[in-house]
Amino acid sequence: MSSVVVRDYIIPANDFTIAGDASSNVRKILSQIGVAPDIVKRTSIAMYEAEINAVIHGNGGQAHVEIDENKIVIIISDQGPGIADLELAMQEGYSTAPDSIREMGFGAGMGLSNIKKNSDILEIKTAVNEGTTVYITVFFK
Amino acid sequence: MYSERRNMKIPEIAEIIKAEICTKNYDPTIEIYSACSADLMSDVMAFSKSNALLLTGLINPQVIRTAEMMDIKAVIFARGKKPLESMIEMAEEKGIVLMATDYPLFVASGKLYKNGIHGRGE
Repeated sequence: MSSVVVRDYIIPANDFTIAGDASSNVRKILSQIGVAPDIVKRTSIAMYEAEINAVIHGNGGQAHVEIDENKIVIIISDQGPGIADLELAMQEGYSTAPDSIREMGFGAGMGLSNIKKNSDILEIKTAVNEGTTVYITVFFK
Repeated sequence: MYSERRNMKIPEIAEIIKAEICTKNYDPTIEIYSACSADLMSDVMAFSKSNALLLTGLINPQVIRTAEMMDIKAVIFARGKKPLESMIEMAEEKGIVLMATDYPLFVASGKLYKNGIHGRGE
């Protein structure tokens, strides 16, 4: 696995049926190339939460994934409303999701903290009315 | 009257909570070690035990997705809720066992706990 695997995915807005497809696909790739199961799980959780966030808050977006022999870098971007107070949004339990989202099982206010906990490097760039980009890196060793 | 913590196989779990097993061709040798009860999937993703079981009252495809991402081996739908056909197909494809019980979430969780399946933080 010395070559670099690059994948791009479209994350459709408000489509709960296929939300998670990109994460599921990346999970399969990581398992196939022999990444350790606990690393696959951490990566899956981080990417899935970010994908769900793009569906719920960002009106959909894109995922760009690069895998080399040492790490995976996942960039999930949306052109949604942005995050006004990132520090507050990082707090466990804080959520701006409406009840309709909670009825779907999300909006517990755990998404960003779950992403942080399962990433080795997490960077978030956000601007109100411009959108949010989340950069997740997970090392394989 | 409480059992020591122990692993449990799917048929025994189904018997304890009088559950119907909704997926076909499951692996009867899967051993469940711990469980998590929640309707909010991000709370499930904050749970990190392996060989785990999820008990929930939520019916939508993201329950199966969450189980997939978390390596959760089996999902129990409580309060008489039944998984949708599309969820059953998705779970079969991913090798996840789905069960449905009429017991409410609290009672189903309590019965399994009493018989030896425990959770996080113990």
